Amino acid sequence: MRELAAAFEDEHPDLRVRLDVGASSTLREQVLAGAPAEVVALADEADMDRLAEADAVGPVHRIATNELVLAVPTGNPGDVRGAADMARPELLVGLCAPEAPCGRLARAHLAEVGVTPSVDTEATDVGALLARLAAAELDVGIVYRSDLRRAAVVGIDLPGSPAVPHPIAVLRDARDPDLAEAFVALVRSPRGQAVLAEHGFGPP
Amino acid sequence: MSRPSRARAGSHAPLPLWALAVVGVCFLALPLVALLQRAPWRGLGDHLREPVVTEALRLSLVTATGATVLCLLVGVPLAWVLARSSLPGLPLLRALVTLPMVLPPVVGGAALLYALGRRGLVGGPLHDATGLLLPYSAWGVVVANAFVALPFVVLSVEAGLRTVGTDHEEAAATLGADGWLVLRRVTLPAVVPSVATGAVLAWARALGEFGASVTFAGNLEGRTRTMPLAIYLELQSGRETAIVLSLVLVAVSLLVLVPLRDRWLPG
Repeated sequence: MRELAAAFEDEHPDLRVRLDVGASSTLREQVLAGAPAEVVALADEADMDRLAEADAVGPVHRIATNELVLAVPTGNPGDVRGAADMARPELLVGLCAPEAPCGRLARAHLAEVGVTPSVDTEATDVGALLARLAAAELDVGIVYRSDLRRAAVVGIDLPGSPAVPHPIAVLRDARDPDLAEAFVALVRSPRGQAVLAEHGFGPP
Repeated sequence: MSRPSRARAGSHAPLPLWALAVVGVCFLALPLVALLQRAPWRGLGDHLREPVVTEALRLSLVTATGATVLCLLVGVPLAWVLARSSLPGLPLLRALVTLPMVLPPVVGGAALLYALGRRGLVGGPLHDATGLLLPYSAWGVVVANAFVALPFVVLSVEAGLRTVGTDHEEAAATLGADGWLVLRRVTLPAVVPSVATGAVLAWARALGEFGASVTFAGNLEGRTRTMPLAIYLELQSGRETAIVLSLVLVAVSLLVLVPLRDRWLPG
């Protein structure tokens, strides 16, 4: 998003894009509380559905998909091979809290493959989980593939994990709807999609 | 210490002072009123019996008490050093003691993790030798809470020691009491009120701690999820329980803070 914002600023030199980054559920609550934003992009369709139900946003577009992966510290100290290792009680296992999309999706996937994780901590958002993994204070966690490059962690594929769509929408209360639409259009353009692909996101 | 003219001076304060004070009271009270207004009064009883509430409350009370004990254990001696010794570098020591009060708690939590975590400066060798791990346990919560609450004990007891002065200690020493006896029979009894004040403030501070605790000890129901963490997560999911938990925290905090009255400054 930071790169996309910079690209938009290049196209509109007199403009500055301000990013408010947070957990999808936090951003959802902020938008519902009337945060002065123009565009909202979330990691989770359920959160965007609630914004749409409250008529807080205009038409919703999918801009990318993501998938879940296992993340381990550099060097994989817990010798993690797959999802089943999340049940090993001697490992320090972290997940996002079920209130965050990454936590809900990870639990759904683990339930599907029949793994009961021996969880040691539930991170309030994926950033907190990554920080613990990068410091090797956890042995394994589940994050989005696009998160891997944000921290010193190594990804391990989770076969059969679902594609997670990421939605974007313009706020009903946007002060400049045309400009907001232009930003959404940039994100959905080949240029925007190339940036997202470069960061590990899948096509929408 | 007598302060005879305090009440009368107050009533003669100029009007603008009163007006601004009223603004201050509103500033502090308004959010609480708004919180009360959001409370789901009808289902309150049921909400209070939810495991998410009872578990978090139990853990908060236990860990805040543990943190307070830890603070008293090291805080009172630290206060004595600050008030009575003439070591070089005392201003630096006092700044170090006050730091957790002004530091973002999440910084304290991260620093604790780098120090006492599994790969930490001290925690690493400790874990390798004994298998002991503070994070992800209630002990980790106690340590994180004690880190942020310690200044309240030290500053309160240090102020108490200074107010009491050294006259009685010197008199006792002249009469032949050794240092340990003076400490037990003269110094400590005189500062009991400031120790109590420091303990109550530390306990209330520990009860409300979020950032240091979640960053150092993590977050798991029944093990490390205290009231503030539960409130944060319940807010994320937009549930009424968040308000109920907040009310409980406010009520418990007021319950211990109100009896403090004007004991902030001992004397």
